[in-house]
Amino acid sequence: MTSLRIEHHPVLNFPERKIVNFYFEGKQYQGYEGEPVAAALHAAGIRTLRRSPQKDRARGFFCAIGRCSSCIMEIDGQINTMTCITPLAEGMHVKMQKGHGHIEP
Amino acid sequence: MSRNTEVFVIGGGPAGLSAAHVAAKLGATTLLVDDSARVGGQLIKQTHRFFGSSNRDAGIRGITIADKLQQDVKEVSDRLTVLENTAAVGFYHNKEAGILSQKAYERVTYQTAIVCTGATENSLTFENNDLPGIYGAGGVQTLMNVHGIKPGQKILMIGSGNIGLIVSYQLIQAGVEVVGLVEGMPTIGGYLVHASKIRRLGVPIYTSHTILKALGTEGVEGAILSRVDEKFQPVPNTELEIKCDCICLAVGLTPLIDLFQQAQCRMVHVGELGGLVPLHDSSMRTTNPEIFVAGDASGIEEATTAILAGRIAGARAYEATHGKSAQAEAIVAEAREELRTLRSGSTGERIRWGRERVLKEVGEC
Repeated sequence: MTSLRIEHHPVLNFPERKIVNFYFEGKQYQGYEGEPVAAALHAAGIRTLRRSPQKDRARGFFCAIGRCSSCIMEIDGQINTMTCITPLAEGMHVKMQKGHGHIEP
Repeated sequence: MSRNTEVFVIGGGPAGLSAAHVAAKLGATTLLVDDSARVGGQLIKQTHRFFGSSNRDAGIRGITIADKLQQDVKEVSDRLTVLENTAAVGFYHNKEAGILSQKAYERVTYQTAIVCTGATENSLTFENNDLPGIYGAGGVQTLMNVHGIKPGQKILMIGSGNIGLIVSYQLIQAGVEVVGLVEGMPTIGGYLVHASKIRRLGVPIYTSHTILKALGTEGVEGAILSRVDEKFQPVPNTELEIKCDCICLAVGLTPLIDLFQQAQCRMVHVGELGGLVPLHDSSMRTTNPEIFVAGDASGIEEATTAILAGRIAGARAYEATHGKSAQAEAIVAEAREELRTLRSGSTGERIRWGRERVLKEVGEC
């Protein structure tokens, strides 16, 4: 889908998967069903996933295995979701999170 | 809900899968939990061939070893339950633990637990080290080898241990340009056989160099390197700018030890093993007699040694409930002999030293 997707690999084969639509900040993108949300965003050229709480610095993913919390975003209204281990699904709404996020009381 | 098991294995990497397989095969009811979607640990992203030993996994790719271990545990599924997407979140007194899945929190009662939590990646201190585009070597492997996505087009690798060297080669295989390999020491850290592959492909190698700064504001656009002196201090006026769109940190791992501390196992700091590790004897038993350890959580090594230590822990955990067994003893003796061979020679020197220090502390050496 983009130039970051590996087309040919000497060792690995990546099976065909279902393409789904999702939204990042309201704009529509495509990714593969079941791949991590952070991976789909990365392949779509988006690597700033949130802003840091105190100094408003850009943050992306780091560990990619659900350890470090660098990739947390708001998914379908759920704040602080680790996008590197959340499988992508049709129609997901993904948003950047400012700081610690906000929960309606 | 609550579950009852004889052997409770935490972590489904090479150590945990091997431990669970052995314990269940010998006859213990066994429960294995892993917090990721699929067991196999870090092997599921390792496309390179392992050195292994003459009778174990020599020349086999990590991904194939993962398939093999997954098959092994299926073979004993009548006694072994595997729960994926399930994290062990805490030990309580009287042989109880809590596990959390997406559906429920459950209590586990066990006779012995084998903790194989592995390790976490180290970061490095330099200006702008939090920019998007700076990834751990494991993160890069996950993105590239599990999900089929390149981390970027031009990458700078920091660290020339075996992980830095192997991941550099994997990046080239995936079509990414490795613009440089940076190492603080005067010589390459990993095996020459890996380094030669990278060198032949024309990757510039900067030994006695460090990264001072990542360039960019919303993401990595480059890096400033500098030469370092024999005390690893930057040498003024030797700065060098490199253009790249991502930076990979392969600067070591630290054992994941929270659960051992919570279970009040005595800990010891051994630099050669990656930091704080639970004290354990040659049966992989910690100072808390119901808790065993195997794999990187007992000290950073690699998958083949993790498998062997897992087999020892699995056999001993079985014996803790069922009593002495000749079959278990044979598994332990064989694994110990293989470990001795794998850790011999000059490349195993640091590990041997670290392992001996742990055994000295428990009075076994």
